[in-house]
Amino acid sequence: MANILVYALQYEGAFNKNSLGAVSEAAKLAAEIGGEAHAIVVGQGVSDDLAGTLGNYGATKVLNVEGPEGLAQPVVDAMAAAVAAGDYGYAIFGGGLLGFEVGAGLAARLDAGVAMEITAVRADGGKLVAERPILGDSAISQISFRSDVGIIISRLNAFEIKETGGTAAVESLSVEFSPFSGQATMITRGEQRGADVDIEGADVLIAGGRGLGAEEGFELCEALATAFGGNSAVAATRAVVDAGWFPYAGQIGQTGKTVAPKLYLAAGISGAIQHKVGMQGAENIVAINKDANAPIFEFSDLGIVGDLNKIMPKLTEAVKAKKGA
Amino acid sequence: MKICVLVKEVPDAAVQKKIDPSTGRMDRSGEKNLNPYDTHAIEAAMQLKESGAMAVDEVVAVTMGPDSAERALHKAVSLGADRSIHLADDSLAGSDVAATGYALSKVLEKEAPDLVLLGQQSDDGECYTIGAVVADHLEFPSLTQVIKIDVEGGTKLRAERQAEYGYDTVEINLPAVISVGDAINEPRYPSLKAIMGAKKKPLDKVSAADSGIDAAKVGGDNSAAQWTGSSEPPKKEAGRIIEDEDTAETVDQIVAWLDERKLI
Ligand SMILES: Cc1cc2nc3c(=O)[nH]c(=O)nc-3n(C[C@H](O)[C@H](O)[C@H](O)COP(=O)(O)OP(=O)(O)OC[C@H]3O[C@@H](n4cnc5c(N)ncnc54)[C@H](O)[C@@H]3O)c2cc1C
Ligand SMILES: Cc1cc2nc3c(=O)[nH]c(=O)nc-3n(C[C@H](O)[C@H](O)[C@H](O)COP(=O)(O)OP(=O)(O)OC[C@H]3O[C@@H](n4cnc5c(N)ncnc54)[C@H](O)[C@@H]3O)c2cc1C
Repeated sequence: MANILVYALQYEGAFNKNSLGAVSEAAKLAAEIGGEAHAIVVGQGVSDDLAGTLGNYGATKVLNVEGPEGLAQPVVDAMAAAVAAGDYGYAIFGGGLLGFEVGAGLAARLDAGVAMEITAVRADGGKLVAERPILGDSAISQISFRSDVGIIISRLNAFEIKETGGTAAVESLSVEFSPFSGQATMITRGEQRGADVDIEGADVLIAGGRGLGAEEGFELCEALATAFGGNSAVAATRAVVDAGWFPYAGQIGQTGKTVAPKLYLAAGISGAIQHKVGMQGAENIVAINKDANAPIFEFSDLGIVGDLNKIMPKLTEAVKAKKGA
Repeated sequence: MKICVLVKEVPDAAVQKKIDPSTGRMDRSGEKNLNPYDTHAIEAAMQLKESGAMAVDEVVAVTMGPDSAERALHKAVSLGADRSIHLADDSLAGSDVAATGYALSKVLEKEAPDLVLLGQQSDDGECYTIGAVVADHLEFPSLTQVIKIDVEGGTKLRAERQAEYGYDTVEINLPAVISVGDAINEPRYPSLKAIMGAKKKPLDKVSAADSGIDAAKVGGDNSAAQWTGSSEPPKKEAGRIIEDEDTAETVDQIVAWLDERKLI
């Protein structure tokens, strides 16, 4: 028998959706391999009531650990302590960023195998096998584990959230943090750089990437979004948000928003997996890219190979004309 | 102070990457290059050194890989590293992330760096986790995907990165392990002189045994994460592609396509 331990990332009193999905998935898998799904929460003064809500997603036990938030290494200490005290065969993490750092640190600590970017997990003879799409999603590899604990880090939005109406026993676990995990201190967390734009509610998203060339390039996206009118907005990739060309609130992807508009139109975006995971639910995907080999064309419904500087202004005029007609 | 930069040889961007179906490992027969993300880590090291923000005596490039990986080290020193270390041993082939991170940490342990820098991800494995593994073995604090590093008082870093809720600013005491995001800088091009001189800079080739690596913990067979098979992803219907030759015509076609789907 082996239980599954899930790291439940919590921020400002709410659990991360990807963590909730991971708890649901762990509950399903635990039932298949004859164990239980337990969750672990690390934070400052997280109430047992909040921790207990994870029972509603299938956790039978929640370990509540008092410790610093937003940094991976204290969580590695906490999970290693939980594994030492319990009977765990697997640790599962929802998609995002912190889970990658915690899962990898834990793999090192426990001499364990780790599989990342996992989109599906199946039980096979009492063991778990993880599926990872690789090389631009052109193949899927199956990964199994030889270590006592197998570590599974999922891709963003890989697992569905299922409410069970269940309850969980909450136990506090006191952890002795390792000296090095105290050598990093959070100064500010979750800073929202740039204006508060709303992309989640839009029907039409005109997304811009590094191919726009400069911050001013976003004017082309704004003009096209305006031409579509109605419920349209402009969105962006991490590359241009990191560069300060566009607000963080408008970023699609692994460490940004997940969107599912009726129309997603990309201008100068390569289509990296970490971007794709946030927009692949769009009903219609159109991409303009000057590189015929850009990965985005692999998952576009309509791809235009060409210079966005030539196409975007004319497209804006044509959409306006069509609207006026 | 010493900065070690981890660099990896990957299939060149122009090569169609593929997996050898019999082993589940990367087919590395084509043209290879230094992982483009690692050039940002080298540049970050050079900027820390050249700005005097840290009293850096030495920048050392470290790789683990087959013989050919030496070329990635030549490129790394042409971009400014002072010397390089090549961990090469047949016993290491096929190592998973945990084993690769462990092996690299043994080489780093001997070097005792004040800062270890690495790229945000490799262009082939894309696991983005080597930094966290290395850091745990070295017992150094660590952060990944960092896009800004400021040095405070010579022994402490203030690092910024985007995580799932926005931008975090974290203070980290040295020694530390930092993976840098590609937005941190614009890597320089090596000068012709630097390229010519690269082969003259010291390159140490070390074996697993030289580095004190426990042979039972590395290599494909000993790795805890095992590749056990592969499958084809569900096929998505290929989209329509328009090559833009006459932009007016292209735009007409886009508008007609959108109109058919009632998107305008
Ligand atoms: C842990 C992690 C998390 C991440 N999270 C996210 C995330 O949340 N969201 C996200 O978007 N990314 C994320 N990334 C980054 C991601 O991997 C890519 O680096 C990023 O999405 C690339 O952005 P881009 O497409 O704008 O830039 P690039 O990849 O540089 O692509 C620019 C494209 O523009 C094209 N182009 C250039 N000029 C023109 C022109 N004149 N006309 C037409 N096309 C042109 C080029 O051909 C190219 O394909 C993450 C990465 C990591 C490691
Ligand atoms: C398609 C594919 C999928 C894989 N999936 C898994 C998996 O799920 N689980 C698993 O355990 N292994 C997996 N592997 C194996 C894994 O990629 C290797 O162990 C690899 O050596 C380390 O991972 P990475 O290159 O993806 O590292 P990343 O964590 O993406 O690399 C980050 C940085 O670490 C440094 N670095 C990485 N490798 C080296 C090196 N050899 N020498 C010096 N510096 C280095 C570089 O600075 C690089 O920019 C996979 C490999 C492939 C090709």
